[in-house]
Amino acid sequence: MVIYGVTLLAICMLAGAFIGDLLGAILGIEANVGGVGIAMLILVLVVDYLKKKKKLTVKSQEGVAFWSAMYIPIVIAMASQQNVFGAIDGGPLAILAGVAAVIVSWALVPLLSNIGKEKPNTISEELIGGNTDVRDAK
Amino acid sequence: MFEMLSDVFQENGLILSFALVGIVMYFSYMFSDKLTKGWLHGSAIAILVGLVLAYIGGATTGGEKGLSDIGLFTGIGLMGGGMLRDFAIVATAFGANIEEIKKAGFTGVLSLFLGVIVSFIVGVVIALTFGYTDAVSLTTIGAGTATYIVGPVTGTALGASSEVITLSIAAGLVKSILTMIGTPFIAKYIGLDNPRSAIVYGGLMGTTSGVAGGLAATDPKLVPYGAMTATFYTGLGCLLAPSILFIITRSIFG
Repeated sequence: MVIYGVTLLAICMLAGAFIGDLLGAILGIEANVGGVGIAMLILVLVVDYLKKKKKLTVKSQEGVAFWSAMYIPIVIAMASQQNVFGAIDGGPLAILAGVAAVIVSWALVPLLSNIGKEKPNTISEELIGGNTDVRDAK
Repeated sequence: MFEMLSDVFQENGLILSFALVGIVMYFSYMFSDKLTKGWLHGSAIAILVGLVLAYIGGATTGGEKGLSDIGLFTGIGLMGGGMLRDFAIVATAFGANIEEIKKAGFTGVLSLFLGVIVSFIVGVVIALTFGYTDAVSLTTIGAGTATYIVGPVTGTALGASSEVITLSIAAGLVKSILTMIGTPFIAKYIGLDNPRSAIVYGGLMGTTSGVAGGLAATDPKLVPYGAMTATFYTGLGCLLAPSILFIITRSIFG
């Protein structure tokens, strides 16, 4: 039944929110630490387990898939209730700080994405000599 | 007549927002297809429309919740509010691949720490150039630049002035909105086309709404990966900013 999927989703989210609050309390901060992220991890693991056991019917999956598909409309609704006026009203300091933080973070994305990535090409490039004279450098 | 119609809308706020968002999306996707030939994604246009409406809402009512402050559109607040948003974000994990998450686990954590610290430093530097010199204000503005939730949490904990706290929230909002708008444009230049870079992206940018909106407009398949790390950012920021980052800032600027 469709509701089973929705129920599964709801339980995962509640569990995540609870663990997130608990983590926040343990760390002594007034915030939910990764509640949504934890809920997502639980969902991924549970769905994987149930699928392997063939306990997740197509109908149940539809219950999760519906909410997953409602995501973009919900994000649009979310956008329309952001405090855009307040952000612009914050003046040049706020705008400059926000813009600079975004640009610097964007610049870091390619650097970090490459960490720990398997690079099958580097070895062969080195053997060939690559664009620069790697062998001479040795 | 009009009064009856407006009553119907007000009594069915959430349903009205389903109808409205659907209509906005229909025209946004048509616009994307016909006028930009798909260059500008439909959902990016729809998010932009949402932000413009939010500005109008804020400008006319002086409230903090954009369009949903206008009586007729309170249902938007329910649809786009934290509860349904988080529910839908969790649901996107349904399509995520465990192996991808495992592979990028370490870089994800690294990007979270780097994301908070880098945004914090940027905020502090900008605050310095605007003449703020006391450690409390600098830390609060730096924290707000990380996200608009960390700013007030830190500012309240350190006893910053309400003017500085407001600034810190505004800085975080600008970051969130720019991430929402800019992600689809910058994506191909920073290699944002696979789960691994999406996980890193979520960690570096941190704003859940910004990352969620931005990735949705770039490639909905990337959403779960980015959103997953982004949701840890606020917690980490609330942990680091009023403690370690404040102590470091104080030791440098007194």
